Amino acid sequence: MTEVVMLKVEKIKEEYPGTKSFFFNHTLNSQPGQFVMIWLPGLGEKPMSIAADDGKQFYITISGVGPFSKAIQGVKEGDTIGIRGPLGTHFNLKGNTIALVGGGYGAGPMAFLAELAVWEGMKPQNIHYVIGARTKDLLLFEQRMKTIGVNIHITTDDGTQGKQGRVTDALKEIIEEVDTIYCVGPEMMEKAVYDLAQEHQKECEISLERYTKCGIGICGSCCVDPTGWRMCIEGPVLNQDQLKKVSEFGKYHRDATGKKNNF
Amino acid sequence: MEINLSTSLCGVRLRNPLVLASGIVDTTASALLFALKNGAGAVIIKSICPEPRTGHKEPILHAIKGDSMLNAVGLSNPGLKIAVEELKNAKSRTKEPIIANIFASSVEEFGYSAKEVSRANPDLIEVNISCPNVEDEFGKPFSCDPDLAAEVTRAVKENTNIPIIIKLSPNVANITVIAKAVEQAGADAITCINTVGGMVIDTKTAQPIISNKVGGLSGQAIKPVAVKAIYECYKAVNIPILGTGGVMTGNDAIEQLMAGAVAVGIGTAIYTRGIDCFDKINQEIEEFMQENNYNSIKEIIGLAHKENKK
Repeated sequence: MTEVVMLKVEKIKEEYPGTKSFFFNHTLNSQPGQFVMIWLPGLGEKPMSIAADDGKQFYITISGVGPFSKAIQGVKEGDTIGIRGPLGTHFNLKGNTIALVGGGYGAGPMAFLAELAVWEGMKPQNIHYVIGARTKDLLLFEQRMKTIGVNIHITTDDGTQGKQGRVTDALKEIIEEVDTIYCVGPEMMEKAVYDLAQEHQKECEISLERYTKCGIGICGSCCVDPTGWRMCIEGPVLNQDQLKKVSEFGKYHRDATGKKNNF
Repeated sequence: MEINLSTSLCGVRLRNPLVLASGIVDTTASALLFALKNGAGAVIIKSICPEPRTGHKEPILHAIKGDSMLNAVGLSNPGLKIAVEELKNAKSRTKEPIIANIFASSVEEFGYSAKEVSRANPDLIEVNISCPNVEDEFGKPFSCDPDLAAEVTRAVKENTNIPIIIKLSPNVANITVIAKAVEQAGADAITCINTVGGMVIDTKTAQPIISNKVGGLSGQAIKPVAVKAIYECYKAVNIPILGTGGVMTGNDAIEQLMAGAVAVGIGTAIYTRGIDCFDKINQEIEEFMQENNYNSIKEIIGLAHKENKK
């Protein structure tokens, strides 16, 4: 479904200052890794990843970083906003033991995938939730993951919680145990996770985000080099074999005009 | 007998009559190649102007029930310098026709853009004088005034040796007047049609959905408008017509060829049927030709103008 639906914000939860989760009572039928376009009439429309979806309710978690994501922090419970989706490809559960690596907002889809894996019968002890942030106050969904009993590995840049360092440091310690690695986060982090997975010959699936305008494969702003794949249709979730073909992964992305910008 | 899907546009051979329309998944060389890989006979890059443009704020597009959509992207493009590099890159990666597309805010700038874009040596240059979505910035499109449309045509012709296609607007009183004017001014072909002006309002919030408020309607809803424009222009001018507007199936393509188009643009079908719609539509054209005893596309072009042909 790609037509816009107007939905009431049922509940808002502040995850930490400047970051909120917005809950909608709506059957979205989304899969982890997919996204929705969020429309605030008069303010604009942007793609947002889905942080959770239990079939009856879904939510999105948004940090106020740009003009739009800051504006959305002002939305109140009971307000109506426009939603288009779910859009794009999703993660596919493969193997017996998995690592879910999230950075920043990427924690949402990773926690969603952990819940789906448990729901589909994977043992929680075979699921590793690897989450990184600058500091402990910015970690997302630790309690949510404790509830379903998966292994939690935390890294912080400043060492205020968990291991001091990067998510790849935590991933290195468990990589031999896992069959498949999933990752959503800043692109350079994703590239480091991909390289590590390649080095250890592990399957991996990564969400590659590009400037998205239409979300339905028409405008071409999210096409990657050299394949021309649209990250709203053929992506955003790509597996290791597909990522191998995307030469711009970890190197550059295009802005709203179509100009290349290096990472 | 072997079915021949090839056609030609201003002397450029197309392996089949389906052309990726300008503005649809076509900002980069890679995107153009992706459409060719999926069966397009030729591809047109998204409209280019001298300086980079980010386009309108999102929402830029709204899907409408019944295989149509309203868009106002606002002519986002990286500017001539980068776009010429993308065109060169595309040319180096394929032998299939690569078509440039330019727009500008003045007659002089059209001439300048034609000269610059020719450096990439595209097979053809389409001239967008008819985008309906930038009126606030550019005033009425050049497509509404036969004299201005002719002036733009002359300016472009003076600055390039590459054949040019003028893309006409359906949002005019009589499209054949414009078609004749650009033909007389030296246009090598015309595209019929650009999108039809339209608007969608969300009734819950009482707000226009796309940020530009008004936009261009494409897809199934506009196909009869396109067929009429092609049919009338075919009678009015002697230059070839690139039909565009609402072609979703092989039968739709055949209809526009019969109206007089030598090739047809594909846009909204990519949304409704996927990027491989080129392969699918080509297959459908071939099946139609087999069932109806046609051997080549050339036999079909303009057939609707001949009485009791079948």
